[in-house]
Amino acid sequence: MKSSTRYEIRFSGSGGQGIITAAVVMADAIGAFDGKNVCQTQSYGPEARGGKSKAELVISDSPIDYPKALQVDLLLAMTQAACDAYFFDLKTDGLLIVDSGLVEQVPTSRAVSLPFTQIARQQIGRELVANMVALGAVGYLSGQVSMESLHSALLARVPKGTEEMNRKALQAGIDAATKIDLSSLPRSIISDWESEL
Amino acid sequence: MLERAEIIRQEYLRHDKKFPHVWCPGCGNGIVMNALLRAIHHLELPKDNIVLASGIGCSGRLPTYVDFNTIHTTHGRALTFATGVKLAKPQLSVIAVMGDGDATAIGGNHFIHAARRNLNITAIIINNNTYGMTGGQYSPTTPYGSKSTTSVYGHVEHAFNIAELAVVAGASFVARGTVYHANHLNTMIQQAIVKKGFSVVEVISNCHVQHGRRNKLGNAVQMINSFKENAVPVGKAEGMTAADMQGKFTIGVLCDVEKPVSTEEYDRVRQAAQTEASRIAEEKAKNGVKRYEE
Amino acid sequence: MEASEGQKKILLQGNEAIVHGALAAGCRFFAGYPITPASEISEILSVKLPLVGGTFIQMEDEIASMGAIIGASLAGVKSMTATSGPGFSLIQENLGYACITEVPCVIVNVMRGGPSTGLPTNVAQGDVLMARWGTHGDHPIIVLSVSSVSECFSVTIKAFNLSEKFRVPVIILSDEVVAHTRESVILPNQNEIQVFDRITPSVPPEWYKPYAENNRGVPDMAAVGDGYRHHVTGLVHDERGFPTQQPKEVEQFLNRLHNKITKGFSEIVMTKSFEMEDAEVCVIAYGSVARSAMRAVKDARMQGIKAGMVQLVTLFPFPRKVVDSALRQCKAVIIPEMNMGQISREIHRVNQAGTRIIKHNRIDGHLITPSEILKHLISV
Repeated sequence: MKSSTRYEIRFSGSGGQGIITAAVVMADAIGAFDGKNVCQTQSYGPEARGGKSKAELVISDSPIDYPKALQVDLLLAMTQAACDAYFFDLKTDGLLIVDSGLVEQVPTSRAVSLPFTQIARQQIGRELVANMVALGAVGYLSGQVSMESLHSALLARVPKGTEEMNRKALQAGIDAATKIDLSSLPRSIISDWESEL
Repeated sequence: MLERAEIIRQEYLRHDKKFPHVWCPGCGNGIVMNALLRAIHHLELPKDNIVLASGIGCSGRLPTYVDFNTIHTTHGRALTFATGVKLAKPQLSVIAVMGDGDATAIGGNHFIHAARRNLNITAIIINNNTYGMTGGQYSPTTPYGSKSTTSVYGHVEHAFNIAELAVVAGASFVARGTVYHANHLNTMIQQAIVKKGFSVVEVISNCHVQHGRRNKLGNAVQMINSFKENAVPVGKAEGMTAADMQGKFTIGVLCDVEKPVSTEEYDRVRQAAQTEASRIAEEKAKNGVKRYEE
Repeated sequence: MEASEGQKKILLQGNEAIVHGALAAGCRFFAGYPITPASEISEILSVKLPLVGGTFIQMEDEIASMGAIIGASLAGVKSMTATSGPGFSLIQENLGYACITEVPCVIVNVMRGGPSTGLPTNVAQGDVLMARWGTHGDHPIIVLSVSSVSECFSVTIKAFNLSEKFRVPVIILSDEVVAHTRESVILPNQNEIQVFDRITPSVPPEWYKPYAENNRGVPDMAAVGDGYRHHVTGLVHDERGFPTQQPKEVEQFLNRLHNKITKGFSEIVMTKSFEMEDAEVCVIAYGSVARSAMRAVKDARMQGIKAGMVQLVTLFPFPRKVVDSALRQCKAVIIPEMNMGQISREIHRVNQAGTRIIKHNRIDGHLITPSEILKHLISV
């Protein structure tokens, strides 16, 4: 039996950063707008603010069995604590994306550091939308979703009256990501000669 | 008088359900049932439109004997079932009959919330100061110092005043009557049924078998007569001191206020929901934007 | 559910899909009390029910919620409540009332860690036997489980249909993972959905016997206010609805209550099989764990192990036949559960073939992973 393809994304940060919202928007874009199979789960504590927050996406070309991440292809970390806690099952050829202003110690060389919170503050005027800036970068760099669907899903999901601000934030994230050259990163944190052993 | 009694007997009692009933000779429940039937008869309410819900205890058996839509529910929960029926079919007259323990101990939470919610439901609470059916244990209205099968050394807790509790909980109409003042009780029940909103009639009744016997209150007749002596009309009580009212209680209408009824309020919710839905649909048609709250 | 949603994929959370299923099945009354992780069901229904002329009410507790949905159902309106463990404890009293008075209604229990307040935001499957035996006295009941968002939709419709058809409360056991997982699903159009409405009496009111035996074992049900005045009581009653203690009438009544479910067994029992044709070892699972099991079976097959899975959708009445044939077919059966082994007791009970049964229990508030199950599949 052929194993089906799975692409797994984990969004992580602290409560109140809008981690889950970002994951839901991306899931909506992939599932409802792009029409693919997607499964989104999350875990959180009882508190609405503070504490670690995590949301996961499983994307597949066939129906999804286990709904949570098994081995992560892309990890977004919006805090150092989240980066430390959720890095463990990132694939060796997986990609880590961090907020450069909030994550100082990056545990892998296959990593992209972008100042999401700073972009949100300087370009949009609200740190609150850092999650959407990050979503733009994650969406673009994952290659799993069309940018058009991401925009449509965002407009459908964010609170009324905040659409323009969030749209701008998403675009700023996409723009920042287009400047990243993924091919300049090592293909895997394990070298070719190591994996052949 | 006799003629009317015969009409009520034929028209409203379930003769195919084998009488006699479960109540002891001299029990006030029969008087309450009669007052309720006379009130319904006088108001000319169609039997098909009346829902009578009860809980558990001697009072809980009342619906069994009368020819309406009758629901004998679990202990203390009559008002929760009544709430469901009323919301599902607001055109029905929903009446709940409960006892003092039923309505204010195990069902106390439902009682105060039903009053606060203000559905158009009538609650009749027969207060005989004890749990009669289970053998005379103390209830939330057993007087301080009284003896019961669970307070043989004298009761050390204080009693609820059910009617006043209903007033502060937000009922639209609250009255108190007794099984001695049978005609007055009929009038109070009529007013309660007609009243739009949650209405409560507390009926002071006798359980000479369980409560009376243990507290030397006499037989059924003596207990019922004591209600005559101790009942003070609300208007008259206003001019009396606390000392004068010692051992006495008020009868009559304690509260009668106008408040929006929650079924009508909910119609507004339905309208608001529909207005909002059509606004979203319009916006969608205009902008082509799908929004999640659809 | 808007018809225009038709064949298009949408992203729904498990709790949302239960709402869509309930509305599609004709639910027009909901009473509930806030509780994690079931609150979304209340919140969404408070928005959607008034739109379709239905009624939402938040009661003072779950006892009241259960009373209210029985009252509404007696008045002829399909009704539901949703809760989690602590609230599920409170609904048990009136659940028994719905059983004995044969009032159709649906109860959703989104399971979280217990006992007591337990782990409010974590997953568990600790209420399985409580769903079957929670209310006092011998009673028939139907318990269904869901493992995905699309099942949340379809099983909820099935729950209402079974409830209406057999006049019995139906419990849907969801869990925190299924409830909060969002998935892309395609919902069918309303005209593709089969909806069963309770059968109302065709005889004139004076001939109506509300609890009389008939060939289905399920009496016709008249709504309060429709001219069929009758008595409803939680006491054991005769065919007219009046209390009885006559041994003959009591026995006849209680036997009918149980027999109507036994008669409907083939319609009520639902299971799904995966890779069972040539399986030598299998996993029997339900709820979100079934998805871990499916993954584990796929991984095992990749390693050349002839593994299969039976997913129990209906938990009670227990799918004895399917489980029995799986036990006879396989040399070992693995039962992963997020409790100390509640369904495995049932499986032990029917294991006449003496097949090796391996329990795998996890009670730390986290979903059993595929690799935990795979280890067992490899070891046998």
